[in-house]
Amino acid sequence: MLLAFRSYSLIPTDQQTLYGRPHVAGGKSTLVVCLTLLALPLLGGCDMVVMQPSGDIAVQQRDLIIISTVLMLLIIVPVMALTLWFAWKYRESNKDADYAPDWDHSARLEIVIWSAPLVIIMILGAITWISTHKLDPYRPLDRIDAARAIPQGTKPLTVEVVALDWKWMFIYPEYGIATINELAAPVDVPITFKITSSSMMNSFYIPALAGQVYAMTGMQTKLHAVINHEGVYEGFSANYSGLGFSHMRFAFHGLSSDKFAAWVEKARTTGTQLGRAEFLEIEKPSQKEPVRLFNSVDPQLYEAILNMCVAPGKMCMSEMMHIDMKGGGGRESHANRQRLEYDTRREGQPPAAGHEEGETHSDKTDTPEGSKETEPPAGPPAGHHHH
Amino acid sequence: MDLTTLIFGRLTLESFPIHEPILVATFAIVVLGGGAVLGAITYYKMWGYLWREWFTSIDHKKIGVMYVVLALIMLLRGFADALMMRLQQAMASGGGEGYLNAHHYDQIFTAHGVIMIFFVAMPLVTGLINLVVPLQIGARDVAFPFLNNFSFWMTTAGAILVMISLFVGEFAQTGWLAYPPLSGADYSPGVGVDYYIWALQIAGIGTLLSGINLVVTIVKMRAPGMTLMKMPIFVWTALCTNILITAIFPVLTATLALLTLDRYAGTNFFTNDLGGNPMMYVNLIWIWGHPEVYVLILPAFGIFSEVVATYSGKRLFGYTSMVYATLVITILSWLVWLHHFFTMGAGASVNSFFGITTMIISIPTGAKLFNWLFTMYRGRIRFDTPMLWTIGFMITFTIGGMTGVLLAVPPADFVLHNSLFLIAHFHNVIIGGVLFGLFAGIVYWFPKAFGFKLDEWWGKVSFWCWLIGFYLAFMPLYVLGLMGVTRRISQFEDTSLHWYFVVAGIGALFILAGILAFIIQLYVSFKNREALRDTTGDPWNGRTLEWSTSSPPPAYNFAFTPVVHELDAWWDMKRRGYQRPVSGFAPIHMPRNTGTGVILGGLSVALGFGLIWHMWLLAGVVFVAMIAVTIWHTFDYDRDFHIPADTVTVAEDARTQLLAARGV
Repeated sequence: MLLAFRSYSLIPTDQQTLYGRPHVAGGKSTLVVCLTLLALPLLGGCDMVVMQPSGDIAVQQRDLIIISTVLMLLIIVPVMALTLWFAWKYRESNKDADYAPDWDHSARLEIVIWSAPLVIIMILGAITWISTHKLDPYRPLDRIDAARAIPQGTKPLTVEVVALDWKWMFIYPEYGIATINELAAPVDVPITFKITSSSMMNSFYIPALAGQVYAMTGMQTKLHAVINHEGVYEGFSANYSGLGFSHMRFAFHGLSSDKFAAWVEKARTTGTQLGRAEFLEIEKPSQKEPVRLFNSVDPQLYEAILNMCVAPGKMCMSEMMHIDMKGGGGRESHANRQRLEYDTRREGQPPAAGHEEGETHSDKTDTPEGSKETEPPAGPPAGHHHH
Repeated sequence: MDLTTLIFGRLTLESFPIHEPILVATFAIVVLGGGAVLGAITYYKMWGYLWREWFTSIDHKKIGVMYVVLALIMLLRGFADALMMRLQQAMASGGGEGYLNAHHYDQIFTAHGVIMIFFVAMPLVTGLINLVVPLQIGARDVAFPFLNNFSFWMTTAGAILVMISLFVGEFAQTGWLAYPPLSGADYSPGVGVDYYIWALQIAGIGTLLSGINLVVTIVKMRAPGMTLMKMPIFVWTALCTNILITAIFPVLTATLALLTLDRYAGTNFFTNDLGGNPMMYVNLIWIWGHPEVYVLILPAFGIFSEVVATYSGKRLFGYTSMVYATLVITILSWLVWLHHFFTMGAGASVNSFFGITTMIISIPTGAKLFNWLFTMYRGRIRFDTPMLWTIGFMITFTIGGMTGVLLAVPPADFVLHNSLFLIAHFHNVIIGGVLFGLFAGIVYWFPKAFGFKLDEWWGKVSFWCWLIGFYLAFMPLYVLGLMGVTRRISQFEDTSLHWYFVVAGIGALFILAGILAFIIQLYVSFKNREALRDTTGDPWNGRTLEWSTSSPPPAYNFAFTPVVHELDAWWDMKRRGYQRPVSGFAPIHMPRNTGTGVILGGLSVALGFGLIWHMWLLAGVVFVAMIAVTIWHTFDYDRDFHIPADTVTVAEDARTQLLAARGV
């Protein structure tokens, strides 16, 4: 994974040795090991981040993979062995073997045939029910790792994640900073990710940290995770989102609390400002974006992105939902239509063309109730995610 | 609207990708190859023969063969896409950008998925069912013979549209299920998604009608005495598959129709804004998409069941539990679609529910595996090629099933979803299950269709190349998935992945060798057809009714409708010393060939092309023409005839002499 990181990474070179685990170079010999031991996902030789993660959630997910696989091997291995054995033993040339052309039923065997998989699946089903609830990405963490509970008074870190075409934006509301294509978090501190997207459906995934969750426009998903080891890890979109998808990658830095504070400080001193105007520029499709830092962030920006109303003159979805909740705006709300149009950016026209018209309608006198576009949105669009 | 736009829509000279050297070269090869084929057909004056005996034929056997031919041609295209992807990923993971840009690569993986599912696996399944099921149930044809021909040509029309997209315009760059918002008009304004939509809509009509046709055939046209529980297991799986087709393809049609409205009429079913909901599309498409997987695998299970019983010289173990397992899978296949997107953020209880229903499917599937196993037990196993495919399947599919159940555990899926582990899994079950089964079926029933067996040696070469190629190509993908590599990536920063992709590429070359060996097998067998001739009609010592008639069967299949007393009817007849009737033949009522299917299929291509390119004049004229042809066809009362008793007598006497010459 070492090779994946770009030279403009913020982390000084001496810290690049702090990988979660040693990087094994020389693919060929590793490959042989991997292929040989394929049946056992427990192997350590090759760089299998999914099997050797560095965050507690991913570790539990890894354990689940191993437990499930072992459980299934209990039935898979005998079936495969019997297949080969029967094929060999009952070959036509072996005249010593029994031949019973009319034997086609055995109640005892049939009971075994149906009940053996049933038992395995009952156990696996129980494990599934429990682990799915325990590892629900929406569920706040109750431990730092297998040995440690969360210390009293620990304040989780909140990161607002926005998938853009084709880069990632991370907003740290508690610190008032933001980044493009670089994420950092202190080790052993629970992280709450709030995830959305500006146009495409993407999937926010850092294999070393925790499983993935989709990032979708106008909706918010959540992920709770914790990183247990310092290091630099790969993050990327795991859901195809168009032309620049291959490069939609970022570095995730697990840092000690001191280094994290230094990282925040660096953003504050060297970063630039991130307001709505800057966001609208950044949001335009682009590829291979370098890491960027922002020292101040419009506090309403994330909510505006989520409600698809960053552009001037747009009506926030939360506002529309509020109108709908009150019984709808009636015929006069037709004027809102253009202010609610969002998927128009790739028609070849710059966004401004459509918006100007929208703004003429945003005159207070002919817009329905509650539509002050400067007003901060009322909150996440409730009911539009995670039912 | 000016006249040029009315006629040509958005088609301009720039729509032809003459600046893409790969496409120009491909086009040149297609023109030369296609020209050679067309020239040869003209030179040997084959057009009349093809038109009379094949294109307009309503004989289920010939339509079945045409489906298989279509699938094999499309397999070459879909596999060429696969080779290009393997090459790009092997090159790009070694540093550098490879030879394909993202625009081209994204079309290739989309086309690969669409072609392999809709135009390879589906026509192979439909083709074999068409060829075999009426024979196995002792029928003379399917319930609606013309509809069968029409269905085939609609499927072909869809395939033609996909092929046209290679040289006129572009194909979708959305992935094979075209999720919005990416596939919406705002984010994919080109013709690619429209090619996708209309190709699938037109082919989908064929698939749905064929599904209805075969359900009715199986329900209504079985030979006397063949009760449901005396049907061959392949007929059972065909019945379940076609019930599934009939139930799910309307869902696909409706989903794509809504997407079409979004793209053509400015509605907002699946847009981000104005109340649209892309998640709805993802749910709908998988409500079709998951049962579709079982549409493909169930007939393969049926083929394995026939093959394993025949080549073990033994009754199928646990026929009843096999039937119930098939039915349980059919029903459960409806209850699992959400496992394709656990990561969308549904609650833990919803995810658990769909995870557990998915796992439950492995119980009947496991039971089936055990049934095949115990069919081999105390058998006399002959290792002809179909049996090799079956044993290869039993080993390979088990691995794929295991990784599938693993992916059904939601928290495990969170780390494996969309990764190359997933890609390895579904190729593991689709190649190791569906394709192995269909190849077993092709080799098994080839003598029935053509009257001579396929060459064994080249068949075994093909099998071993496919088997080794599969493991080389996809085991590295499992590892890559565990290394956190996701699907649909054309550029890599991590060069440590390189050797895995190289091995996968070598695997793809082995599979290429397997495909070439299959083509050579066809050629060699055709050359040696006299030596490989099957004069008995029963080359494998078969168990079911298709082996009771000649190879190839006469147009009417059976001179007298067989009467069934037992499961494995032909085995039972042979054992009871069945005497084939040699006299007393009567005239046989048969449907007459018609060109309407070809004409409607051709018009569908033109209609689709017009709609894709916004050529409204063309689309309108063609649509009216289609309605006119359809109405005209309903007034065509000259649609059946009788094969005279004399003709039947001549054909049956010839067979009597053949059998006598062999001393049977």
